[in-house]
Amino acid sequence: MALEFSPETFRKFEETVARYPKKEAAMLPVLYLAQREFGCLNAEAIAYVAKLMDQSPARVYGVVSFYTMLNMKPIGRHHIQVCRTLPCALRGAATITGFVKKSLGIEIGQTTPDGTFTLSEVECLASCGTAPMMQINDEYFENLTQERVAEILEQLK
Amino acid sequence: MEKVLLRNIDIPDSHTLGVYQSRGGYSALAKVIQSMKPEGLIEEIKTSGLRGRGGAGFPTGMKWGFVPKDNPKPKYLVCNADESEPGTFKDRLLIEKDPHAIIEGTLIAAYAIQSHLAFIYIRGELAFGAQLLEDAVAEATRAGYIGKNIFASGYDLDLIVHRGAGAYICGEETALLSSLEGGRGWPKVKPPFPATHGLFGCPTVVNNVETLAALPWIIERGAAAYSAMGTEKSKGTKLFSVSGHIRNPGVYELEMGYPFRKFLEEDCGGVPDGRKLKGVIPGGASMPVLRDDEIDKVNLDYESVQAAGSLLGSGGVIVMDDTTCMVRAAWNIARFYAHESCGQCSPCREGCHWMEKIFHRIELGQGESGDLDLILNVSANIMGNTICPFGDAAAMPAAAFIRKYRDEFEQHIAEKRCTVPN
Repeated sequence: MALEFSPETFRKFEETVARYPKKEAAMLPVLYLAQREFGCLNAEAIAYVAKLMDQSPARVYGVVSFYTMLNMKPIGRHHIQVCRTLPCALRGAATITGFVKKSLGIEIGQTTPDGTFTLSEVECLASCGTAPMMQINDEYFENLTQERVAEILEQLK
Repeated sequence: MEKVLLRNIDIPDSHTLGVYQSRGGYSALAKVIQSMKPEGLIEEIKTSGLRGRGGAGFPTGMKWGFVPKDNPKPKYLVCNADESEPGTFKDRLLIEKDPHAIIEGTLIAAYAIQSHLAFIYIRGELAFGAQLLEDAVAEATRAGYIGKNIFASGYDLDLIVHRGAGAYICGEETALLSSLEGGRGWPKVKPPFPATHGLFGCPTVVNNVETLAALPWIIERGAAAYSAMGTEKSKGTKLFSVSGHIRNPGVYELEMGYPFRKFLEEDCGGVPDGRKLKGVIPGGASMPVLRDDEIDKVNLDYESVQAAGSLLGSGGVIVMDDTTCMVRAAWNIARFYAHESCGQCSPCREGCHWMEKIFHRIELGQGESGDLDLILNVSANIMGNTICPFGDAAAMPAAAFIRKYRDEFEQHIAEKRCTVPN
């Protein structure tokens, strides 16, 4: 069955595009709709968005491959993104990452076998004053300690 | 010092329209739209001395003045909320605690350049902030501050909150515009500048969150009140984000010209755990690090920090104590730039990865003699040879760490390990 938006999402797509001076400017908001609907932006999703946006699949692929928050492959239910940039590194980010690796039994870039958690290291999330910290899906978790991380992972299982 | 930017953030529900209005919010917008002409507004902001707070410090009124008035194309005003400079988290605070100040400032700036469509481009990771902004825009629209015929003046203005998707380079104004046009975040060669050839080739001004958030106060109290604060070349107040090895991290608002040492020791509580200050980056990871012995003559304003060989930038103050391995710190920043390089121009694309590899080898104990001079050489060949300032932003810290801590680097290479006691 061909990939396509539900009627409700298609309505959101039309409303979104209508606000921009040119259709192509709505590329990122439309890709977010597609990622939420389809789970990830694989080749099929990219071809569908390209058709909707009157762009070539190559151009859409160029956009998707550029931004870190657009995923071409599926990821776990909870995407754990630990900040690794200098201010967090100075306050023990490596210890937090090591603890998550050990707790979940996965390396950076991997997903737990049951599909619950994916672990990534990311760059500065504008939360340096509450370092070390991590982002899980859309939420920030700040002032982390190993104890806090253990609690958070437990709640999300 | 009277707070300009942080005046609302400690009030409960400061992010709501009700609270914002109860504290005088949107009276500046009313004054601007009902009683000021764009030329007068631009002059007022020029007189205030307000300079861009994203990192470049370009005079805001002057930038607005570059927009051609007789150009028939639509004008666009973009609020740059892509805060991604390591060590910087001041815009996020304003977004979460005072979104209406940002919106009001955006609307004022849009009016100055006679734009009828403004954008707030917010980094994708700040999902909570984007939601707050969307909610605030909805409130402001219902109240008639956004939309058609604002204050019955005949002036129309719409505002779109546009989320990025993870790319530090999209904080650079032309890359932001490339992204907003629906493409990869690729910077464009300047000139031409966005003021004449911006979004879709139309006159566009991109202003930082903090710059725009200062506008309502300046309009309410007058340019003279703003320029009465600060120094001769750095007027007003600025937000500083403090992180790293410091007792009291957080966002502080200071009058420009505040002494750096005093700020670190008194306001920020100094370096904790009996440790000593080894180095501090004054303006975000792009800026050259200053050693402990260099900061006594530094005041927190554009000209003083520049005289000391660094730059005020975003005001992201990253503090490093004497347990810090400067090789590792330099590698961390080099890795950041290697990861975030957009890849367009060879000096940056190749140079950033090259510097990262060399720093990493040194850090791992595989450094060779000649490595340091090679990094300096690569850095010098990136500087000024790229489409956008990202190349300079990667080159400057690499060279500065080596210049300021050369002995430590050489020892790390000679002994094939970190020699910093921690």
